[in-house]
Amino acid sequence: MARAVTTQKKIMWTIFAWAFGLAMFFPILWTFLTSFKSEATAISDPPVWFLFDWTLENYAAVQERSNYPKALMNSIVIAVGSTLLGILIAVPAAWAMAFVPGKRTKDVLLWMLSTKMLPAVGVLYPLVLLAKYFDVMDSRILLIVVLMLINLPIIVWMLYTYFREIPVDILEAARMDGAGLKSEILYVLTPMALPGIASTVLLNIILAWNEAFWTILLTTVNAAPLTAFIASFSAPEGLFYAKLSAASMLAIAPILIMGWFSQKQLVRGLTFGAVK
Amino acid sequence: MATAHSKSAARLMIAPAVFVLLVWMLVPLCMTLYFSFADYRPMRGVFDAWIGFDNYVRFFNSSSFLKALTTTLWMVGSILFITITGGVLMALLLDQPMFGQGIVRVLVIAPFFVMPTVSALVWKNMFFNVDNGLFSYGAKWLGMQPYDFLSQSPLLSIVVIVAWQWLPFATLILLTAVQSLDSEQLEAAEMDGAPVLSRFRFIILPHLSRAITVVILIQTIFLLSIFAEIFVTTNGAFGTRTLTYLVYQRVLESQNVGLGSAGGIVAVILANIVAIFLMRIVGKNLDN
Repeated sequence: MARAVTTQKKIMWTIFAWAFGLAMFFPILWTFLTSFKSEATAISDPPVWFLFDWTLENYAAVQERSNYPKALMNSIVIAVGSTLLGILIAVPAAWAMAFVPGKRTKDVLLWMLSTKMLPAVGVLYPLVLLAKYFDVMDSRILLIVVLMLINLPIIVWMLYTYFREIPVDILEAARMDGAGLKSEILYVLTPMALPGIASTVLLNIILAWNEAFWTILLTTVNAAPLTAFIASFSAPEGLFYAKLSAASMLAIAPILIMGWFSQKQLVRGLTFGAVK
Repeated sequence: MATAHSKSAARLMIAPAVFVLLVWMLVPLCMTLYFSFADYRPMRGVFDAWIGFDNYVRFFNSSSFLKALTTTLWMVGSILFITITGGVLMALLLDQPMFGQGIVRVLVIAPFFVMPTVSALVWKNMFFNVDNGLFSYGAKWLGMQPYDFLSQSPLLSIVVIVAWQWLPFATLILLTAVQSLDSEQLEAAEMDGAPVLSRFRFIILPHLSRAITVVILIQTIFLLSIFAEIFVTTNGAFGTRTLTYLVYQRVLESQNVGLGSAGGIVAVILANIVAIFLMRIVGKNLDN
């Protein structure tokens, strides 16, 4: 990078890159703008860009559709619940595989990942039957368990790659200095493991929040999260662009913000460190 | 540090994860396998526990199966093509010196975090809609006839929606790979007078090959089970029925569980063929 870059070239690349960036972002920007328009403005021809009477009425209208807060709550409970349950099961497993690797550790890891490849439709009907049999159809607990299971392989793998980077030497040094098991876990291991666990949690909340196949098919009213709630707007009578936009913004905003903060982890997490 | 004691402790720690995944794999899959050999239509009260391979024969012989299979391959293939070529170009672009690189990056990757149902609905209504979608306004403004995307080229429309969602992923992974490129090697090649294209062909592309493989394989796994985008746009009409969607319709909509289960097993086998390749690559990475 010792070369001096001419300002002219830099400006040219800046214009190019910003054009592409804005083109990619445009649908989100357009949804954002539309969410502040009145329904009449939203479908005006030619379209209005910025100069309209900005209004919050769509957001209010979406809140009033009584099931919106419930859908939001379901999304939060299901995404957070399934992630935490997954972490609870995965941390010991990933920890053991990273620090006490055996002959078959690699096979177990690969086998776990292979369960992620199981196409959802292949197990759709049995799951519906089991859910009905245990009387948990359309319940949050069912979705928490199902989403935990489909994301568990990824959670284990991510934690495994993070844990493997913790140097064992430090642990041994702490022991030599006379640290007991308790202080070893509390002062040495936890601080080193926490960033990895936090990244894993973040990424899995994103995955669970956006998961649509199971959430649409296993819920009707009670446990329907935002993915299913938004899908109900596809019905003809729901064709209100401004309200659809407001509901969409409310559904994607938290995860969009989380995603921006976790883009570095995304690369590591979703490729299991295979791309550096 | 691996004593016999810690080894058994480790096994105990791994056990819960292995157990739940084993149950998750085996129980529903065995049930699907069982149903696939049965004539099971709950709505009509039909249950004949063993009809041999009839469901498979019917599934393979129906015109919808072949259609769904080609639709799936077309969809996955074209989305992969768009996201990989687009991703390489975007990654190279984002690697150039510019003002506000961080912001552009944030703009580019944003679509990846948009819920599939939201992106499908936004594209369907606000862009593709023939009466008051943005593309129609644009066409009218240019003096052209508005084009009804979702009914005239439904497959293309879904490809556009899904490619928009996955291009950020490809870009992000490939950008990470581009940034790890040894810039001195590139500069040396430039000094030697190697033209841009051959620098790309002989230095950049080989360097990216591993990242490209990872992107192709991970995306394939996810793309084989595209569902929400089809569910909220065309509902499987106009030739957008993928294998996943066909099985969903057989099982849940027409309640022919036997036939649908046979299709589900076929989907599992197909996905496993893809998965074997992925495992090999990930497994190799694990060794070093």
